[in-house]
Amino acid sequence: MSTRTKNILTWIVTFVIMLIICLPGLWIILSAFRTNGEILTKPAIWIPQNLTLDNFRAIFGYGENVVGIPVASYFRNSLVISVTSTFVAVLIGMTGGYAFARYTFPGKAATFLWLMLSRTVPGIALSLPLFIIWSRMGIIDTQFGVILVYTAINVPFTIWLTEGFFRQVPRDLNEAAQIDGCTPWQAFWKIEFPLAKSGIASAGIFAFLTSWNEYALASQLTRSTDSKTLPVGLMDFTAQFTIDWAGMCAMAVIIIVPALILTFLVQKHLIAGLTFGGVKG
Amino acid sequence: MAEVALKKVVKRYGDTEVVHGIDLDIAHNEFVVLVGPSGCGKSTTLRMIAGLEEISDGDIVIGDTVVNTLPPRRRNISMVFQNYALYPHMSVRENLGFSLKIAKRPEAEIARAVEDAAAILGLDALLERTPAELSGGQRQRVAMGRAIVRHPDVFLFDEPLSNLDAKLRTQMRVEIKKLHAKVQTTIVYVTHDQIEAMTLADRIVIMKDGHIVQVGTPLDVFERPVDTFVAGFIGSPPMNLIDGTIRDDTVVFGDGRSLPVPPDFAGRLENGHRVVFGFRADVLMPKGHALAESGTVHDIDLTIDLAEPLGSESMLFSSLAGKEIQARMHNPRAVRSGEVLTCELHLDKCHLFDAETTRSLRGDG
Ligand SMILES: Nc1ncnc2c1ncn2[C@@H]1O[C@H](COP(=O)(O)OP(=O)(O)O)[C@@H](O)[C@H]1O
Ligand SMILES: [Mg+2]
Repeated sequence: MSTRTKNILTWIVTFVIMLIICLPGLWIILSAFRTNGEILTKPAIWIPQNLTLDNFRAIFGYGENVVGIPVASYFRNSLVISVTSTFVAVLIGMTGGYAFARYTFPGKAATFLWLMLSRTVPGIALSLPLFIIWSRMGIIDTQFGVILVYTAINVPFTIWLTEGFFRQVPRDLNEAAQIDGCTPWQAFWKIEFPLAKSGIASAGIFAFLTSWNEYALASQLTRSTDSKTLPVGLMDFTAQFTIDWAGMCAMAVIIIVPALILTFLVQKHLIAGLTFGGVKG
Repeated sequence: MAEVALKKVVKRYGDTEVVHGIDLDIAHNEFVVLVGPSGCGKSTTLRMIAGLEEISDGDIVIGDTVVNTLPPRRRNISMVFQNYALYPHMSVRENLGFSLKIAKRPEAEIARAVEDAAAILGLDALLERTPAELSGGQRQRVAMGRAIVRHPDVFLFDEPLSNLDAKLRTQMRVEIKKLHAKVQTTIVYVTHDQIEAMTLADRIVIMKDGHIVQVGTPLDVFERPVDTFVAGFIGSPPMNLIDGTIRDDTVVFGDGRSLPVPPDFAGRLENGHRVVFGFRADVLMPKGHALAESGTVHDIDLTIDLAEPLGSESMLFSSLAGKEIQARMHNPRAVRSGEVLTCELHLDKCHLFDAETTRSLRGDG
């Protein structure tokens, strides 16, 4: 096979795979700009006839048929909960990952295994116990309650990821920095942190997306505008007998956009990777 | 200005003691090399001087200060690591200037110090590169540059040349020696390579299993090894060592052959004393192919198993009392294997060690 045909084949296969992955997302975005009527028509109309911004106007309270959904509150809750839990999880993950990578302490292997095993429990299995404990503690339907859960879910992952990155940073670099006059703290911030930055950024992105998109637990632990997040808010579009697909899709777009923007912003750190060569290669 | 002193320094990891109370005094400006086989505790000792390992017992003094509990940054030392440990996210310039920047020195002073160090080590053209863009030898130079910019009291080197190829290693060895002459600082240098130790050191410290076996100038340890370990470790090829027993001022070997007791040891050893007879290849030479040397010479006939021509000389392999031995042939000619040659042994340069303690039987220590 010539290189040319190979290239074309690769291109076609990639295209098909990407199509399969992206199609649902594209359909949602498309549907966000169509009327509910057009979405539900049978036989289906594949090519949109007339695109409209009505769905978005309805969500934000303009136009004729306003949907009474407090999107601003949901957005605020989602943002506060995701940012806070990500920040805390990355902080704990970074310090924990560093400790696992650099120090030996009794029960280290067992602790690490136990942390990873905690990831094997499906989140939904926790929902009932969590609900009971959270309501006893009076933190049902609070941002704090959800932040706590998301942080707990994210910490094992952030520890695992950052541990791997810190382990790749040779210990000698920290020692060289200390000999060059650094305190252990300075050695960490000036040498080891910059070198593990891409790992920490990846951990942050994953933690944020997990929190931003989580539905199952949030649907149990939140109930009002005090704490309801965007994914939970999606269900507001279902009435007893009808579902406002168009509105739901418009809201889904509102959820997707910030996540996309964030991913693009952090992307270059994810790709940057580690440029070694400071120690013998 | 700094002397370094180790006083009964012990290192334990949990229950295992790896450095057993070593004593060592290093003078100002002295180039001291710690040498010994892998795992004997050289790096551990160096890292204790650096403050990277805690000491379990004893004292370490740098200058006038007991530094036992001081962190590395308070010891005014600098160190060159085996794998260089350059900061991969910084340029060569930033690597060199890092310690001064941490010390919050003015920009202009840092720039000048970096330029100076770069000039000494020939790094001028590489200042804007990152470590990944350098060759092994260049990285090695940057690591040394990083150590000298600060004008520390003591330089520590941990096997700095072991990642370089043979040719570069010889070249850098010379540069390190020159560097020492230029910067005039106390140096403690760790290596497992006895040739490096011999060529670089003012004084060699030979270590084994967490003990110091012998301290002395390169010539000292070469000419007067305190035991069979040093005799076998220092010098290339290693000293020929053959077991024997004293009888009437001769050493009788297992196969019945014998050699006179060397003059330095004569008249002091009882019959029946079990000893190890030691001599270097350099003092056993075929007749007519020896360097003119005065002293007590003894002739032995040796069957040559193999000759290894090296150009200006040949190494001859033979055996004595069942042990393989080597001799050196100057102005070599072709030698058939199986040929019997009469060789001269320079008895003045031979050694006797106690077979049990392995210590040298030289009376004057
Ligand atoms: N962190 C450690 N824990 C336990 N034993 C160690 C540790 N570091 C070194 N050792 C042991 O101490 C001894 C000396 O090691 P080292 O100083 O590195 O030897 P070398 O002379 O090759 O530099 C070795 O037997 C090694 O196994
Ligand atoms: Mg070592």
